[in-house]
Amino acid sequence: MNELLEQLKPLFSGEVFLLTLVMGSFLLGVFLYKRTQITLLQPLLITMLIIIPFLKITGIEYHTFYEKTNILNFMLGPSVVALGYVLYEQIENVKGNVISILTSVFVGSVVGIVSVVLIAKAFGADRLLMASLAPKSVTTPIAISLAEKDGGAPALTAAFVVICGLFGGLVGPIILRRLGIKSKIAKGLAMGSSSHALGTARAMEMGALEGAISGLAIGIMGIMTALLIPFAEWLF
Amino acid sequence: MILLFLALFFKVINPENVRSTATVITKNMAVFFVPAAVGLMAYIEIVSHNFLAIIVGIAISTILTIVTVALVQERMEKRGKKGDTVHE
Repeated sequence: MNELLEQLKPLFSGEVFLLTLVMGSFLLGVFLYKRTQITLLQPLLITMLIIIPFLKITGIEYHTFYEKTNILNFMLGPSVVALGYVLYEQIENVKGNVISILTSVFVGSVVGIVSVVLIAKAFGADRLLMASLAPKSVTTPIAISLAEKDGGAPALTAAFVVICGLFGGLVGPIILRRLGIKSKIAKGLAMGSSSHALGTARAMEMGALEGAISGLAIGIMGIMTALLIPFAEWLF
Repeated sequence: MILLFLALFFKVINPENVRSTATVITKNMAVFFVPAAVGLMAYIEIVSHNFLAIIVGIAISTILTIVTVALVQERMEKRGKKGDTVHE
């Protein structure tokens, strides 16, 4: 068994094989998620659950995997740029509320960053961990590039973003109901700015306007957080 | 992202030309995170060591963000309504 693995290792660690495996796992994840509609079954999580054990069993180093699949990492940049189009599409919903939307997301961004950094610090987290936690409420491509810049670990940040999205998507609607929030814009903004795409998925279930606003909040939150993160370093 | 937005907004680029590419890329963005996310395996020790800090921090901070954003927006909208700038 081990000998066989050893012989197959060059094949397994090839670029073509790894990329196919990633794509295949991801498509399987998308299929499962669409079929079951279970929030926890995110395609990204499913892909991780397939790839990590695979790398462990075959003994392929993470470093090798990262190099071979670097094209995916490279595409993160263009995908953030593409968000500009999403923002443009939703601009109609915003007219007349620009100032209140910018203010509330700004305040939310400050509260989110400060609270997570201070709580982590109180638990004795080190600098790397705090820097990785700070951009947790932003959509992953932005969060990863922010983590890279402020000395965090992109891999940790990617995981924190998913955890944050799952949690916010789960409790968000309950909190909003408890607070007695009536404004559809307020509901959408709260979901999108706290839990990015996963929050937006839940906001879509509340209604079209909530969903659109939530999508917009992802973009604004990304920009606000990018501007605020450099100041967060004072807290570390 | 901001440049693309501004270019579309001021009609420098025709939205039709970017729509299909932008939609496919943003809808399936998660696949581009795979290399970074798999990197979590390299950090297992840090995560298990700081498990409580991570979970409590994320949970409380997420709740606080939802509450502040929703309350600030609703308050400001109500105040705006008196000056009838807001429509619903």
